[in-house]
Amino acid sequence: MTDFLQLFISGLSTGAIYGLAALGFTLLWQASGTINFAQGEFVMLPAFMMLGFASFGAPLLASFVLTCIVAVVVLGWAFKRGIADPLLKHGLMPIVVATIGLAIAMRNGVRAGYSAEAHPFPSLFADKLFNVFGVTITLADLGTLALALVLVFATQAFLQKTVTGRAMQAVAQNTDSATVLGINVPRMVFYTFAINALLACAAALLVTPTYLAKFDMGEPLGTKAFFAAIIGGFNNSRGAILGGLIVGVSENLAAAYISPTYKDAVALVVFMLVILFKPQGLLGKKVERKV
Amino acid sequence: MKRLHLVGLLLIAAVLLAVPPFLKSYGIYLFSYWLVFVIATMGLNLTVGYAGQKSLGHAAFFGIGAYTVAILMKAGFSFWLGLPLAAVGCFLIGLGLGFPALRVQTIYLAFATLGFNTAVWLVMRNEEWLTGGTFGINNIARPGLLGLSLDSNLAYYYFVLGTTVLLAGLLWSLLRSPWGKAFTALRDNPIRAESLGIDIQTYTLLSFAIGAVYAGIAGALFASLVQFIEPAPFTVGASIMMYLMVVVGGPGYFFGPVLGAAVGVLLPEWLRFAQAWYLFVFGTAVVLLMLWLPDGLLSIPERLRAKRLAREASAARSAAAAQLEVK
Repeated sequence: MTDFLQLFISGLSTGAIYGLAALGFTLLWQASGTINFAQGEFVMLPAFMMLGFASFGAPLLASFVLTCIVAVVVLGWAFKRGIADPLLKHGLMPIVVATIGLAIAMRNGVRAGYSAEAHPFPSLFADKLFNVFGVTITLADLGTLALALVLVFATQAFLQKTVTGRAMQAVAQNTDSATVLGINVPRMVFYTFAINALLACAAALLVTPTYLAKFDMGEPLGTKAFFAAIIGGFNNSRGAILGGLIVGVSENLAAAYISPTYKDAVALVVFMLVILFKPQGLLGKKVERKV
Repeated sequence: MKRLHLVGLLLIAAVLLAVPPFLKSYGIYLFSYWLVFVIATMGLNLTVGYAGQKSLGHAAFFGIGAYTVAILMKAGFSFWLGLPLAAVGCFLIGLGLGFPALRVQTIYLAFATLGFNTAVWLVMRNEEWLTGGTFGINNIARPGLLGLSLDSNLAYYYFVLGTTVLLAGLLWSLLRSPWGKAFTALRDNPIRAESLGIDIQTYTLLSFAIGAVYAGIAGALFASLVQFIEPAPFTVGASIMMYLMVVVGGPGYFFGPVLGAAVGVLLPEWLRFAQAWYLFVFGTAVVLLMLWLPDGLLSIPERLRAKRLAREASAARSAAAAQLEVK
């Protein structure tokens, strides 16, 4: 039982990180219809940026702040203006393929331009263990989970409580009506891209100490984020974190109790069941097909 | 315009027939490799480009075809038994994969097929008793054809070329038939297609199944071409590359896969001069290509035609305006 709880909690902490990446992913989809196949690389690049700033002697938090600023410009603004804006009017296929190309370029650019090795990354949390009723919990797991949840709820509160956030929701629900109401749609869409970039930075800060900074670290992360987004509900922000937690916990438990080689299959089974029986996701709303 | 097409086709045929004998064996291998991907992406083009479905699991069928032939040949059976079995197997599994498509669309479907691909890949990697796991299956023999040996690279190349032409011909006649029209109707407007009496469920399933058969045959040819298979070429990444080839070439254009597979297979080879940076250059090229031609490379002629028509129309307009002024 203690083993189970330990696995469960470390699963929650990994899952919370998947949830962060998934949340950015669903926000982009809702606001603009962008499917970002480079989502994993959007986490990988900030990890290397932080390493870069740190190599100039900046402390972890300072390099995190600097990375956030660069990420909002590059992964938010430049990505929106350069790739999403021109391609969205051509439907789903070109943007999917362009972001695939972007992922290949980012991955191999880092590999060729920086390093193909895995780099250790400083953890935000001290190396400390807690013992609660015989269950050993690391501070890193607990801190990651707490911080990720805080970020998700902060995003949620921003979207629901502030005027800007509500305007962003209006854009996501009906772009035309939002325009009629005088909402500056392009700006709201840009905010979404900026939030996505910030969430990716936060995910990078939390995940890299365990995953290590490596050019291909984004690949599994991106796939898990997709799965999490769909399990939770593609058009629901709270669903993303729920999906992330489900994926994180189920793969951790599966690795221990079923078979480590089929660890990835469990998220897949959950995902397939959701797709087949509740395609709109656990928390998602049903979208009627249009003629 | 028609004559131009014919000249172009003859030119391509001449290059494909005459150039390989002058190439080194790696060049011949690359040409064969490219044709194998042309066959696979032709199938994906039917599913994605013509029938308008989403599939990110095509490499799974490619792998099923390859492993079917490899396992059967290792067990002592002939390639000519393996090939039809690979095709039939892929057809049936393709039908099965079509079922999620009846329930979900667009991005959900893309991820359902992606999940299917991961599952197939996990089986290939983990079930060592059957697939050899990560060690793969080596020394896969090349088949003979009507008493001719296809052991030499060049002979095998011509065999792959012949198969490609045959399969392209089949696909061409399929697309010209009422079936082909039904596929495009399904893509353009499923509800309207349904109200015109097209059984959209059957056609959705068939578009996956027939696409899968092409991938399966391509996989069978691939196994004998490279003579060593392991799970790596059949990952989700490979499926995504195939999807990329179809979209870059021009989805819904018959010759799209020919160009797309060239971009996906030959361009990275050609970019090797950039050394460590070659995949970076390739990725960037794909992004720029999409920005420039969102409908794929084969949309260039259409685009030129649209430009010419616009120019003619504006010339006609200014001529008419000039005439009005004279009066």
